[in-house]
Amino acid sequence: MTDDLPADVTALIDRTCYEEAADFPVERGYVWTSCASVENGNPLFWDETAAAEITGGPIAPPSMLSTWFRPHHWTPGQDEPKLPLQVHFDLKKRLDLPEAIIAEFTTVFHEPVRPGDVLTTCQRLRSVSGVKTTKLGRGRFWTIDVEYRNVRGELCGVESYTGFGYNRQNAQNRQEQSA
Amino acid sequence: MKPQLTLEDVAVGDALPVLSYEVSATTVVLGALATRDWRPMHHDHDFAVTRNGVRDIFLNTPNQAAWFERYLTDWTGPHGRPGRMRFRMSDSVFPGDTMAITGTVTGVRVDEAGCGWIEVDLDLAVGAESKTGCSARIAVPVSPDDNPWARRGERWRP
Repeated sequence: MTDDLPADVTALIDRTCYEEAADFPVERGYVWTSCASVENGNPLFWDETAAAEITGGPIAPPSMLSTWFRPHHWTPGQDEPKLPLQVHFDLKKRLDLPEAIIAEFTTVFHEPVRPGDVLTTCQRLRSVSGVKTTKLGRGRFWTIDVEYRNVRGELCGVESYTGFGYNRQNAQNRQEQSA
Repeated sequence: MKPQLTLEDVAVGDALPVLSYEVSATTVVLGALATRDWRPMHHDHDFAVTRNGVRDIFLNTPNQAAWFERYLTDWTGPHGRPGRMRFRMSDSVFPGDTMAITGTVTGVRVDEAGCGWIEVDLDLAVGAESKTGCSARIAVPVSPDDNPWARRGERWRP
């Protein structure tokens, strides 16, 4: 594996891709299911009066931002499962790094998401590192931003994922060679 | 409704109340489905053991984010508005574990737009072992008549 990044991967950096709308609108049933899963009694999500007074009406918990974009497990006519964070899987394939982990991620919350909103999203590859060797293997780190907007075009949040794609076999070979 | 917490109530070094919770298989599955995460390691014991090589199904990351959000807003009250969360994951949380979420205030400030921010380091641990670390930033009212949720555009800088 050379340290040089293929030109087509370099060309992807900062380019907007996979722009799409969510399959379904934000719904309160899911909000309540999420709150129930962690026993979140915040009145913003359960009390109409509190929500009206503090947030101008019902909202979804900010931490649910990515929930509204996870594809259905199955849809009619679907041949292959749709993957969230598709750029991550594209890089694994293009750079021949079959294993990958998400090492770190950051979510920044902007406009609140409200029931009935149909969000749109896009992905941007921000950076790809040179070749690195970690305890997992030999590969590259990359950072991908996922942006979410509501139908009014307002920014609702940005997630930044730092992934490490690696080849376990390379690491094993290196260990065997050095043994 | 008056704010439960305003910025003047908080100081660097303050410890948030500990939240302890006994994790069951239901906790894991409910959390996975609530976040629309259908990957089998979060509901299929055999898959988790034979394919992932771990001892059981385990809590998914978006559900841990929901636990951290609940933890923060239990403390601030509903006027608390999350601005940012940064995760570092080192190990998994399994059914049978008792997880403990703790938090320490690392920063208190008012930004150029007049918004009051609290920086908090959070930790989700099982026993003495940290499983997930999180650095979070949450806005709280700077005075009883302030409301971070009313901030938009340039007045909201998370």
